[in-house]
Amino acid sequence: MSENLNTFRTQVRDWLEENCPQEMRSPLRSEKDACWGGRNFKFQSEAQQVWLQRMGEKGWTAPDWPQEYGGGGLDREQLKILQQEMARINARGALYSFGISMLGPALLKYGSEEQKQRFLPPIIRGEIRWCQGYSEPNAGSDLANLQAPAVDKGDHYVLNGSKIWTSYGDSGDWMFCLVRTDSDAPKHQGISFMLFDMQTPGIEVKPIQLISGRSPFCEVFFADVKIPKDQQVGELNKGWSIAKYLLTHEREMISWTGLSQSGTRSVGETAADTIGTRNGTLDDSILRADIARFELDEMAFALTIERARDEVKAGVSLGAVSSWFKFFGTELNKQRYNLLMDISGSDGLAWTGEDSNDGKLARDWLRTKGNSIEGGTSEIQLNIVAKHILGLPG
Amino acid sequence: MALVLNEEQEMLRDAARDFLGNRAPLSHLRQLRDSGVAEGFSPELWAEMADMGWAAIIIPENYGGLEYGYTGLGLVLQESGRTLTPSPLISTALLGASALILSGNEQMCAQWLPQVATGEKLLALAFEESAQHRPADVNTSATPEDDNYRLDGSKQAIIDGHVADAFVVTARTRSGEDPNEGVSLFLVPKDAPGVSLKTTELLDNHRTSKIKLDGVLVNRSQLVGPLHGGCPVLRTVLDRGRIGLAAEMLGIAEETFTRTVEYLKERKQFGVPIGVFQALQHRAAILFGEIELCKSVVLKALQAIDEDSDEVPVLASLAKAKCGQTASLATAEGIQMHGGIGMTDEFDIGFFIKRWRTLNQQLGDSRYHLDRFAKLKGY
Repeated sequence: MSENLNTFRTQVRDWLEENCPQEMRSPLRSEKDACWGGRNFKFQSEAQQVWLQRMGEKGWTAPDWPQEYGGGGLDREQLKILQQEMARINARGALYSFGISMLGPALLKYGSEEQKQRFLPPIIRGEIRWCQGYSEPNAGSDLANLQAPAVDKGDHYVLNGSKIWTSYGDSGDWMFCLVRTDSDAPKHQGISFMLFDMQTPGIEVKPIQLISGRSPFCEVFFADVKIPKDQQVGELNKGWSIAKYLLTHEREMISWTGLSQSGTRSVGETAADTIGTRNGTLDDSILRADIARFELDEMAFALTIERARDEVKAGVSLGAVSSWFKFFGTELNKQRYNLLMDISGSDGLAWTGEDSNDGKLARDWLRTKGNSIEGGTSEIQLNIVAKHILGLPG
Repeated sequence: MALVLNEEQEMLRDAARDFLGNRAPLSHLRQLRDSGVAEGFSPELWAEMADMGWAAIIIPENYGGLEYGYTGLGLVLQESGRTLTPSPLISTALLGASALILSGNEQMCAQWLPQVATGEKLLALAFEESAQHRPADVNTSATPEDDNYRLDGSKQAIIDGHVADAFVVTARTRSGEDPNEGVSLFLVPKDAPGVSLKTTELLDNHRTSKIKLDGVLVNRSQLVGPLHGGCPVLRTVLDRGRIGLAAEMLGIAEETFTRTVEYLKERKQFGVPIGVFQALQHRAAILFGEIELCKSVVLKALQAIDEDSDEVPVLASLAKAKCGQTASLATAEGIQMHGGIGMTDEFDIGFFIKRWRTLNQQLGDSRYHLDRFAKLKGY
């Protein structure tokens, strides 16, 4: 067994050595360096394109998906080895993709055989970029109140209404979307999960500017959009189960934002460098106490994620606890940026201009305010903890 | 090491939970308090706990111990926090035993540890000289006289001093610039001439004592750790103690929280269980998370002791501060959410906040450890 894994490790190492371009062996400098793939993606370099092609062909953009759909077919131990070997040479992810992180797992669980064969391979190769159509202007925290009607017209549906907060709606090739297929049923029971090409006639996309400036978020409007019936996933009117499955998944991803990125300086170190110390302690005793309280929680949270991962490995399922992780991780991240702004004093106010670094800190700080809203607000997460973990009534 | 309990550890925890739940639930503490038992704990129960090996968990096998490690002892302490069972676990099985184990004094270990392991001998750590936790402030003097040292000074807030057979005492053997230098630890028998003792019953029905050392002669052979080098030993003992106290506070927080959530489901006002109100639901959900954080921190800190990791000081302060804050929140919310009945002595929930108050203060409160955490992190 372990001998097999050792052989596997050697194979992975050799393959990466041969196939990972030198340029791709350094961490992303910014989000702009990420490769998202898709029809209209402009590769930054030949290396980026080659890296995606090779990883896609190998199935290692989706290493633990079944090989029959083009995935890597790796088991948990093998996946760990691949991640370790990629980290060892600082290899970048070849593809950042909602198709892989969000839609794929839902299709594998709920999709028909034909849908898996049709949609999974282009996701793995990075040929089709997906966006998510969930929230609506009147369906935020009350997501199940979504109204966008998809009316049955025999061999297809016709979709109207609109979606909001669609990340990268302006660069997505296809959308996975929650629509209302039964307006008379109780709200959770008339929702279906559909897929469609964003080039279908009747779709209009409008980017949203946030308090932090430009954003990937868009509004998407539908006017009599035709959706073929074979693009509806799972059972008709049972889309809410798929939605919940994906939301849990999304929360877990968002909650990791509470972890400080490895390699970056801690808030305390940043403060010591910026503000200075006297007799070894920060020269601002009240700020120091605030930072210490934050770092106490930050360290406790990192250990709790470590414990949760170990428990999952030991076979305990995370379940509704992911809601608490989402709540606490995002609240921590907001605190982190509040403190970083406090520490930076008047320098933190810069927005544009020569020495402004494009207002990065101020914009990042403002952007964190959305962390506890997107993917379900903090208040909704606390509701879920109260009901589903503590069993409180109501 | 994975941050989960292994099967053996789970068995120990379950055994502790069963024993304490059956033999010493909260009514046991109430009975001890109301009947005014002088020790503040049941010596018979302590003998039973010792029979199960709880006094011997961290003691090496060659001194009659189980050598099972701090993670095991921490689990027992956590469970004892749920039932608030008073016993010399902290004074003797944790602090006293740790000091002797770290002393490097083989003769002393051979003389004392086997009887500590059986629960027959009790120990107490005597290092505080003021009401604030300042372990490096040592004014008690130790003056060499032939083969002996002559100790003069006083100590206070000594956990279980009233039943201790011997005290581990800090005294200054050399004075200099750095207060951390020149301190030594001595083992002083309770009946040594010149030792006088006064005991106070605390709000949680535990006891602490003050001792006066008036020309007490102790032989050089009674040094616990190196001459002049007592501070590093004391620091290590204190860090291990802090993690143990954090484990007990975690148990307190868990139990208070469980009882409070149950009450939210039962108590009806306005015709509905009060648990339907979001103002209470969100506070309960937040408390749930704080306790989850404490579980991770305590387990990591206990494992760090057993691995002899360099991270122990940081983790000890993290655990003591975080569990102190969380148990404070849990016990205060416990009373508030129980409403009027939570304020009555007849109802049990108020016992938890009293015990929290003592544990939070001992070996440095949350604020002390927040400050130390920041120092250790370099700011």
